[in-house]
Amino acid sequence: MTANSSEIRYLTPPSVEIKKKKYCRLKKNGIKYVDYKDPEFLKKFLNEQGKILPRRLTGTSLKFQRKVARSIKRARHLALLPYVTDMLK
Amino acid sequence: MMNQYETVFIATPVLSEPQIKEAVKKFRDIITDNGGELIHEEDWGMKKLAYPIMKKSTGFYHLFEFKSTPAFVDKLETEFRRDEKVIRFMTVKLDKYAAEYSQKRRNLLKEKATEKEE
Repeated sequence: MTANSSEIRYLTPPSVEIKKKKYCRLKKNGIKYVDYKDPEFLKKFLNEQGKILPRRLTGTSLKFQRKVARSIKRARHLALLPYVTDMLK
Repeated sequence: MMNQYETVFIATPVLSEPQIKEAVKKFRDIITDNGGELIHEEDWGMKKLAYPIMKKSTGFYHLFEFKSTPAFVDKLETEFRRDEKVIRFMTVKLDKYAAEYSQKRRNLLKEKATEKEE
């Protein structure tokens, strides 16, 4: 009996996910300039409402987050990307 | 001092084809007549806008890449503001990375154009 009590049983096996290390895709691919004329690329950094995703979710480095943000804002000005929307993806 | 700039402007969709050509020519002339050096030009044609501008949902996009003095940019932008055919414009200074990128982009476009010809 004493051996059983120490044994913890779960109804569903606990998920032991190994956290994937986030990386900056811009740094990895050696991109030096984020182009505002390419909305398809910039969409990777937006959520469905067209909001810019935070760095903690995308893993972008600070330097590139600033560049990405600036390019997205430029693209929005030129109506290549929407300011507000639903179901962007 | 010469800097490299890039301007994109959107013309209203109500214009006919020759009217747009004329408007584009007007701005091209403004650039070349004021000591600007036109490097590249791109016509994106009629595109859907992501949100309506002046109650229009489409527009003609056109891109100029040029070298000029900073004072000229002001002048060009006043011209854009005065022209009612232009519904949106933006001028961006290109730093060395951007210039490199646009060079690459130009080469790619050129390659595509030659491929089509062949």
